[in-house]
Amino acid sequence: MRQPERITLGLLALTSFAAIGFIAVYVTSGDTQLLGLSLGLALLFLAAAAIVAGLALVPQAKVVEERPQLGRAEPERELLQLVESAGLDAAGEPPPAEDAFTRRSLVIGAAGAAGALGAAIVVPLASLGTKVGDTIVDTPWQAGVRLVDDDGQPIALDRLNVGAFLTAFPEGADKRELGSPVVVVRIRVDELDLPADRADWAPDGVMAYSKICPHAACAISLFRYPLYEPTSPGPALVCPCHYSTFDVTRGGDRIFGPAGRALPQLPLTVDTDSNLVATGEFSGRIGPSYLSSRRT
Amino acid sequence: MSAPRTLCAVLALLAAGTAGAVLSVPAHAQGDSEQIQKGRTLFVEGCSTCHGIDAAGVSGVAPSLQGVGARSADFYLSTGRMPLDHPGAEPLRSDPTYSTEEIDALVAYIGSLGGPPVPEVQPQDGSLNEGLRLFLHYCAGCHQVGARGGEVVGAFAPRLTDPTPTEVAEAVRVGPYVMPTFAESLISDTQLNSIIRYVEYTKKPDNRGGWGIGNIGPVPEGAVAWLIGLPFLLLVARLIGERIK
Repeated sequence: MRQPERITLGLLALTSFAAIGFIAVYVTSGDTQLLGLSLGLALLFLAAAAIVAGLALVPQAKVVEERPQLGRAEPERELLQLVESAGLDAAGEPPPAEDAFTRRSLVIGAAGAAGALGAAIVVPLASLGTKVGDTIVDTPWQAGVRLVDDDGQPIALDRLNVGAFLTAFPEGADKRELGSPVVVVRIRVDELDLPADRADWAPDGVMAYSKICPHAACAISLFRYPLYEPTSPGPALVCPCHYSTFDVTRGGDRIFGPAGRALPQLPLTVDTDSNLVATGEFSGRIGPSYLSSRRT
Repeated sequence: MSAPRTLCAVLALLAAGTAGAVLSVPAHAQGDSEQIQKGRTLFVEGCSTCHGIDAAGVSGVAPSLQGVGARSADFYLSTGRMPLDHPGAEPLRSDPTYSTEEIDALVAYIGSLGGPPVPEVQPQDGSLNEGLRLFLHYCAGCHQVGARGGEVVGAFAPRLTDPTPTEVAEAVRVGPYVMPTFAESLISDTQLNSIIRYVEYTKKPDNRGGWGIGNIGPVPEGAVAWLIGLPFLLLVARLIGERIK
């Protein structure tokens, strides 16, 4: 077997090993860096095999077929002679030598690499798991749940001055749940223009909104509050990903951007220690929009 | 009374009123009254068209400056955000219109109308770690974690490589234009020192990876990766391919 043939087959074998390694990492540790490394190496070896095969194995001889002259018989025989004179057999392949590279060995190598790589691509489908259903929009918020800050401390209403904002979480719940984080803002009471059924949702102008944008679930982290309202844009929460803008004076109405629905508001009150407490669930479905939930 | 005489009378009254206003020194004025007097003259000349003769504001045009304190005046004047080209324009950082001396006089005058003083900051007393945590929580949404600024719908969030520590502290407490306001109940003076220490750090960050590319985040980093990656791919294509003869 010639040197380039050995290299090609070796590279195809390495492709298979790397792809099998990917499956092994997926099944055992799931370390994303190792997954990326193994899949990347598999593709790299495959590309290298294709390059070596293309440069060194595919016959590079240029054979020109003369256009047959009109009325001349037996063009086929002449073509055969031409092919034979180029050192190939009737099927267009070089004559078999004792240690030559055979089609069989290449097919086996390529099939092995393709099979291993295909399996590596299909196996991660196992991660799709079962249908999530409504668990994704469940929230830990309900009447009586206290708001706590980053450090887990309850939030006294007086901590927020007018024009300030703070990120808060439900006491005792998992902060990382999509339904957990809320952004708490305080505006002047005379700026409030909430729907009639939310009249008692904002004690002293303090309101809580879901921190998860109803468009693509980015964390809403921009709050604008005008120092002098007549000549500035009004109070609003803005999502940093696609600049969806929600009017906090009117219960989170969308006033700009790709979001299809209002930002869900959480009803608030203060307890006997004047700490902020939820009095119920969000005004609407939290989390991103997809197919059936664009506008609800 | 004929029309020209009425006009004369009105003008005379206006002149008298302006002179009276210029000469009267507020009762609660403190400090260097000569400086305050100079500030008041400058204010009447340059600011009163929008903010009113007594700094009481003009409804729908510009806010009252009574009680905003020296810190607000110092912030807006020393960062060149005031005076504005026209009321309603977004105040953006530029070279100060007034000299340092004039700014001191104007700040003394606005300060004499009441309100909080220019804050004193000690960023060296703050903690860089705590500063980063607080900056991420309160500031990075608009100003980006590298403090290079960004955009809110309807306004720019400026980069924080320009302001001095005092100006950062003033902005946090004042909440200029559409920036939220953070009182001491939410961000204590100690925490503010930490935030400012972090902001100072971002002016010359320690770029462990080498080239910071302006520290403005993943977009230029991705662009550089493409600039290196695309010629590399072209080179590979050239090496494995063959020219048509």
